[in-house]
Amino acid sequence: MTTPVKNPETKVKRPDESLFKRLTRQQLFIPVAALALLVLFNLIADPSFFMVTVKENSLGNPVLSGNIISVLDNASELVILAIGMTLVTASSGGQDISVGATMTIAGSVILRMVCGGQVNADTMQMNLFLAVFIGIVVSMCFGAFNGALVAYFNIQPMVATLIIYTAGRSIAAWINNNQLPIINDVAFKYAGTFLPGIPVPTPVFITVLMIAVFWLVLKFTNLGLYTQSVGINPNSSRLNGLNPRMIKLLTYVILGVCVAVAGYIRISRSGSINYSRNAENIEMDAILAVALGGNALSGGKFNIYGSILGAYVIRFLTTTLYKYEVPSTALPAYKAVVVILLVVLSAPVVREKLASMKKAPAKAVKEVS
Amino acid sequence: MRALQDVDFTLREGEIHALMGENGAGKSTLIKVLTGVYPKDGGEVHISGIDGAAVIRSPQDAQNAGISTVYQEITLCPNLTVAENMYIGRTKGAMTNWKAMNGGAGKILQSLGIPASPNQQLGSCSIAVQQMVAIARAVDMECKVLILDEPTSSLDEQEVVKLFGLMRDLKAKGVGIIFVTHFLEQVYEVCDRITVLRDGQLVGEYVIEDLPRVQLVSKMLGKELDDMADIKGESDGGAVSLEGSPVLEAEGLCSSAGIKPFDFSIRKGEVNGFTGLLGSGRSECVRAIFGADHVTSGSVKMDGRSVRIKKPLDAMKCGIGYLPEDRKGDGIVGDLSVRENIILALQVMKGFFRPFSRAQAEDFADEYIKLLEIKTASADTPIKSLSGGNQQKCILARWLLTDPKYLILDEPTRGIDIGTKIEIQKLVLKLAAEGKSVTFISSEIDEMLRTCSRLIVMRDRKAVGELKGDDLTQTKIMATIAGGDEA
Repeated sequence: MTTPVKNPETKVKRPDESLFKRLTRQQLFIPVAALALLVLFNLIADPSFFMVTVKENSLGNPVLSGNIISVLDNASELVILAIGMTLVTASSGGQDISVGATMTIAGSVILRMVCGGQVNADTMQMNLFLAVFIGIVVSMCFGAFNGALVAYFNIQPMVATLIIYTAGRSIAAWINNNQLPIINDVAFKYAGTFLPGIPVPTPVFITVLMIAVFWLVLKFTNLGLYTQSVGINPNSSRLNGLNPRMIKLLTYVILGVCVAVAGYIRISRSGSINYSRNAENIEMDAILAVALGGNALSGGKFNIYGSILGAYVIRFLTTTLYKYEVPSTALPAYKAVVVILLVVLSAPVVREKLASMKKAPAKAVKEVS
Repeated sequence: MRALQDVDFTLREGEIHALMGENGAGKSTLIKVLTGVYPKDGGEVHISGIDGAAVIRSPQDAQNAGISTVYQEITLCPNLTVAENMYIGRTKGAMTNWKAMNGGAGKILQSLGIPASPNQQLGSCSIAVQQMVAIARAVDMECKVLILDEPTSSLDEQEVVKLFGLMRDLKAKGVGIIFVTHFLEQVYEVCDRITVLRDGQLVGEYVIEDLPRVQLVSKMLGKELDDMADIKGESDGGAVSLEGSPVLEAEGLCSSAGIKPFDFSIRKGEVNGFTGLLGSGRSECVRAIFGADHVTSGSVKMDGRSVRIKKPLDAMKCGIGYLPEDRKGDGIVGDLSVRENIILALQVMKGFFRPFSRAQAEDFADEYIKLLEIKTASADTPIKSLSGGNQQKCILARWLLTDPKYLILDEPTRGIDIGTKIEIQKLVLKLAAEGKSVTFISSEIDEMLRTCSRLIVMRDRKAVGELKGDDLTQTKIMATIAGGDEA
């Protein structure tokens, strides 16, 4: 009798351990699996997808080119936004839908500064760093506006940020007197294209820098603990000495910084601006990235790396679809199909079901491809 | 376990009947069974005019049978007019006869003396008037039985007077009213009879004249006056230092939570407590001390030096810890791990830019998990998956970790198993022996007697007495809680 009793005990422990490991992995499971599947799909369908070649760009510099480089490059704005969006989601249980509009405002401000009011400037009229700094400050102000509405007036985040979502692009146009200034200074485009002599696109470096900054901030401050605590239980947080409103506001201001950086990258890709089309619908992708990262859109616990992965998944998917010459008008439909699958799979209801079935996740995920 | 067992309840025509009992006594359950919100497992309901047992399976059935309920939180629509609110869901067909509706509403309002016009938006009326409109709606549905669940908890004194006037009018018209409240004064002001429930069982039905307050309190708490042996003698924790220097002194403290200004002080190594019935203002007092509610007046001295406590962090920096009454709503941060929950308060005090290292946090958590014997799979387990008692121990650990000079424990033993209860009581006495001051609040008088050397008695949001030394007996405490006609 003793051995059969002992056996189950040890057997019980093992699944417990693997279940525990699964739990820690679970949040990142969906984005990682999705990314792996996309890679696998491309490897099987056409390995040349991963080919990286060296080409000369318009300035005659040798630069890396290829689909992977394109994914890493073009995902930059989205990744940076997703970081800020994760914090806002965690603290306030809602999302900021004005990020695309605010990116345009920040871009417009920076453009106005470097063009010095001219419509067509050949050289920068202001120190670039100062111009970007001003852009960041303006964007932080808009973030503070959103945050104040959410934290101090208890307005639902989506409604509060609808204001800037609606008005933001007009404000951006107004900043430049409704003109479309163009800057032809090569140095302005360094951030959005390539630095001289460096073959990797600059946005990749900026993104890595931003991720590193947030890694350090989350490690060396209590931003993570406070944000989650406030998002989960504001009453209890307050009784532990936190100021939930202040922390919500703070996350919106931090998102403002992210938005400005993303806006700067976007504007420096071309050196010009299209108020109505600049970063159009990026807010939806940013929210999606947070969701794909396994973060609850109702706030609370978060994993910033999940959102970052989510952003890359979205971009990888878009690039894959482009590669197979899906017409750009049909792109959203294809994307939607994949997104539905991913979101349904990452829904807690489905995840619980999957966790209760052995090896079922692998099978279910395969259906995605 | 049954929430309600073999309870008989009789309401006569034209009487106001108080339904009394502490939390969990089964008042709400009884009302919900009567109104068809909960299904009943057994028993029958008879209503005059209806032959045999009335069939009440849904709130709609209850309404048809003539039972109307007005809940504590007003369940009307503030952005509709008074008349619309009175007739909502009762008009037949798709068309509304506005004229008839407003006219009808006006008549009822007038007959009940409610100062509101039918066209007025409900939201623009005072809470008392809104409550009255809810009652008017119930009355207009020709109810024979009107249930008022804590109608006075959000009203001020004048509004209560108005409401009572209305209740007496209805009584004169033959309506039977069931009145649920925590305010003893109000019961003795308007009610004719009292039914007392305790732990889901009927204690008895009494005519108000036959039941002095102190008897009522003893019935509610389940202690017969005769066999209330003075257990003070058994305890050794009580009568500690009445000399030591005061740690905290508060004078005329008053908060936005609606308590009367009170004075309070506690000495080093002292355990004192607030006692009183639920809703008497016990928690509001300690919340005012901790700065959890907005403090409107009064002064606080900590170790003889005057301090300003405007928010919880101020109190924490003065060395005060506070374990709140509502563990789930105000205590735990559910999705965070046991470790994060334990270090939270100390971490907040340390500051935003100085997080504990992972190793340090683990040390703290492990130390207290061991010290308080918290049963958890690991320090990484989300606190919400722990049992109530263990969650409470985590919150205790959180405050012990901050090494407070003065610890406030508001109902630390509610809803947790007996073993943990005793552990917590022992811990309180141990803390006092170490020179810390503790304020201990509990609904169980036994517990308070075992731990506290001084009790402040609250009644109807006012501090009405202070008991210490030989006065610390159940008899005396209950008499003070009851007030008015001392037995």
